[in-house]
Amino acid sequence: MAETVAETAAGTAKPGEPILEVRDLYKHYPLTRGILFKKQIGAVKAVDGVDLDLMAGETLGVVGESGCGKSTLARMLVQLEQPTSGTIRYKGEDITRLSGRALKAVRRNIQMVFQDPYTSLNPRMTVGDIIGEPFDIHPEVAPKGDRRRRVQELLDVVGLNPEYINRYPHQFSGGQRQRIGIARGLALNPEIIICDEPVSALDVSVQAQVINLLAALQSEFRLSYVFIAHDLSIVRHISDRVGVMYLGRIVELGRDAEIYDHPTHPYTQALLSAVPVPDPEAREHRERIILTGDVPSPTNIPSGCRFRTRCWKAQHRCEVEVPLLAVPEHLRPLGGPVLHPSACHFADEKHVVPGQEGGTGEGSSGNRE
Amino acid sequence: MAPTGQGGAMDFAMDESETLEKTPDGPEGTGPAEKPRSLWSDAWHDLRRNPVFIISGLIILFLIFISLWPSAIASGSPLDCDLSKAQQGSQPGHPFGFNGQGCDVYTRVVYGARTSVSVGILATLGVALLGSALGGFAGFFGRGWDAALSRVADIFFGIPVVLGGLVLLSVVTSSTIWPVIGFMVLLGWPQISRIARGSVITAKQNDYVQAARALGASSSRMLLRHIAPNAVAPVIVVATIALGTYIALEATLSYLGVGLKPPTVSWGIDISSASPYVRNAPHMLLWPAGALAITVLAFIMLGDAVRDALDPKLR
Amino acid sequence: MLLEVRDLHVEFHTRDGVAKAVNGVNYTVEAGETLAVLGESGSGKSVTAQAVMGILDIPPGKIAGGEILFKGRDLLKLKEDEWRKLRGSGMAMIFQDALSALNPVLTVGDQLGEMFTVHRGMSRKDARAKAVELMDRVRIPAARERVRQYPHQFSGGMRQRIMIAMALALEPDLIIADEPTTALDVTVQAQVMELLAELQREYNMGLILITHDLGVVADVADKIAVMYAGRIVETAPVHDIYKAPAHPYTRGLLESIPRLDQKGQELYAIKGLPPNLTRIPPGCAFNPRCPLARDVCRTDEPPLYEVSRTRRSACHFWEEALRG
Repeated sequence: MAETVAETAAGTAKPGEPILEVRDLYKHYPLTRGILFKKQIGAVKAVDGVDLDLMAGETLGVVGESGCGKSTLARMLVQLEQPTSGTIRYKGEDITRLSGRALKAVRRNIQMVFQDPYTSLNPRMTVGDIIGEPFDIHPEVAPKGDRRRRVQELLDVVGLNPEYINRYPHQFSGGQRQRIGIARGLALNPEIIICDEPVSALDVSVQAQVINLLAALQSEFRLSYVFIAHDLSIVRHISDRVGVMYLGRIVELGRDAEIYDHPTHPYTQALLSAVPVPDPEAREHRERIILTGDVPSPTNIPSGCRFRTRCWKAQHRCEVEVPLLAVPEHLRPLGGPVLHPSACHFADEKHVVPGQEGGTGEGSSGNRE
Repeated sequence: MAPTGQGGAMDFAMDESETLEKTPDGPEGTGPAEKPRSLWSDAWHDLRRNPVFIISGLIILFLIFISLWPSAIASGSPLDCDLSKAQQGSQPGHPFGFNGQGCDVYTRVVYGARTSVSVGILATLGVALLGSALGGFAGFFGRGWDAALSRVADIFFGIPVVLGGLVLLSVVTSSTIWPVIGFMVLLGWPQISRIARGSVITAKQNDYVQAARALGASSSRMLLRHIAPNAVAPVIVVATIALGTYIALEATLSYLGVGLKPPTVSWGIDISSASPYVRNAPHMLLWPAGALAITVLAFIMLGDAVRDALDPKLR
Repeated sequence: MLLEVRDLHVEFHTRDGVAKAVNGVNYTVEAGETLAVLGESGSGKSVTAQAVMGILDIPPGKIAGGEILFKGRDLLKLKEDEWRKLRGSGMAMIFQDALSALNPVLTVGDQLGEMFTVHRGMSRKDARAKAVELMDRVRIPAARERVRQYPHQFSGGMRQRIMIAMALALEPDLIIADEPTTALDVTVQAQVMELLAELQREYNMGLILITHDLGVVADVADKIAVMYAGRIVETAPVHDIYKAPAHPYTRGLLESIPRLDQKGQELYAIKGLPPNLTRIPPGCAFNPRCPLARDVCRTDEPPLYEVSRTRRSACHFWEEALRG
């Protein structure tokens, strides 16, 4: 019954409708003590209640600092990790408890691009074998005689010379390897690609090439992306909507302009204000919110609002009452882009990104040849 | 930039892995096609230039040759003995002299190679197959399997080899080489299984295994296609070095009287039977002992060379 | 002049041939000044710094020419132990990966104190007191208790503070920070950079900041040297370079980073890849990737042209580059 998910549902998600719905998703890793008789003494709460929708054809960015659970979230979305609880619906069908053929069918449609191009390609396999492997696993996608041609097409699509088919990964640079990883992800014609920090291991000049490639592929193949990264500028560049994650939860969610130009959650504000901006003029007249202390351990999440231990607005209410991710009622009268879900009792707008009113700095329009 | 630290402080090191960018013209370096080299052929490329590998390899090839065709360089039979010549030294036609039973030492050394080499190779094959199968299984499936197999391995690891040999092999009456090989496999597999387990766990964590899983690959595909080829190098290195020690162990057990038994021809047996006469007729001991030492050394050197060639840290 | 690097050349002997990691680098740092050395991996920015510190791995590395003048003395002519004494007291280095730069089996107090017992001959007790003082300085909370902890018990940001404390211990005149915040999260990165800048002002030290992050540079640097394939391609005061870069590579870098304050359509991407250092193209090393490249760029290596009194650019067509 479940194995028909892919076939029956295929092609039903129209642009703007949710293709992936995440509800109440938790991933807790038990901490145990003892070798023979294991006793649970706590849990690492990597993902601690996440709700998200991915619309067909959009890019949903997820930003957060290390340890916020964004990579665990990514791995659950591609079924590399089983959630502790919660559901992930792909076109309406929960895929978290699938196995066997049903799971395999779903995997055709949800693929992943990994962070580290040095460990994500098997060093003992040629590029042709790496990109062709999806066809070995799902032989129905490409008939055997056709595979070599398909692999060369894919190489061409990601901007690599199709003659490289017999080379090994160590003969390529980081950016080229990442292209190979993208080609592998594309092979099965998926609808969704989860990108987990796809450019953070690359040099600046190569990052732009890969980001442009991802953007071009999205419109060519009508892909939906979940784009996970710690670099806020890159996430803004590529995303339609952005979710900000802190200690296993989404604390603010909205369209890119809502998050970047009208952030209402203090954590988002601090994060944005801390990003170094490549504009020395900005450094004098720029208010920086320097947070005190470090992110608390995910084994011991603060009560109430999880950000309160580092928040300059924290009050008693934050200690006892968990703020929900919803449009703050007290901002309703304002209207406009300030109105987007923000998990803060005292959500309020604050301009933190320098230069957003000042238009473009010289040499920054980004479209020049 | 690589905040994950490929090159670490020395960012120049990145270029080691970028051997392809010879012609940075064109958007992605469309240089002349270079002959692709896999990591194995890279290792072979290194090995061919390594004198240690060449010397030990030649010795081992020679040993294998005389194991297969001992009559090519020794005309007589190792069991053709003449008591009247017992303990006599070197003489024309008998360069190594005669042993206590009056057998030709040269012929016995040549024929003994077959026993030593076959015990070494068969025991190593057995140990490598059993050890990597169990270790790989434990490492890949983890959890309970891992805990159980690791404890069992610890138990076998804890048995002292010589004491175990004295106890277990003393009840065996067969005069073939199989009981000795069986004993070595029984006690040797934990060594390989630990290595295999460790390298499978390391390989398992690589993103390319996760990528295969995300594509829907079966466990056997992940294990055979992605993990095994990347985990096998340390097993090969340790097994090659162990091969030498198994040959030495065979000699030790035979010396103690629990290993191989006459009429099998073996260096260990000859060393054992020669040792009472070491003052009067040292040649009876020196030739088989020397052959044993060179053989063990050759395998250990080979293992060293292979490790150097396969060690990715040196690339 | 605190530090002057003159025509420095560094080579590495590898399996694939001689890699020319640094090819004639010149720069100067004054007391109280921050020089940012900007470049991608393989540009030679870290190798130059390692040569200045005298911590280059030799072999495979080899200093093939040039001078490194520290307060007027050529370090390359010093004896090894004289240079060693300068490290720590004259100049100190902060590394990207604090966890691997600190010794995991010694407490941070012992490691900080060692600076004083070895270089200053202090007693263990005094050294411990100094260690606590330093940890206070870099604002590690509860320094008196935490001085007894091991590096792994600190968070990434705190470890980087310990590295800074260690570098500051003997009050050096020059600090070289090699990607000091690359491994840290944005919010922690801001804390650490702020601390570093503040301490630099307080002690009036020279700071060489090695980074690939154009944002970090804009935040703290006084002047910038942009490196490509082992050469400085452009050097300028920080404000000028962001307003109007005078080298096509710098321009490409600036345009290829997405902006936080706006959403672009397509990013400008420098085509191709940095060259293999064993086969640097003749002429200008950037020519295969350069939109302005002409025949002369493929044959003649551009010198550092004087753009203004404070600016230099190694581009035959810097005027064109400047116009954009």
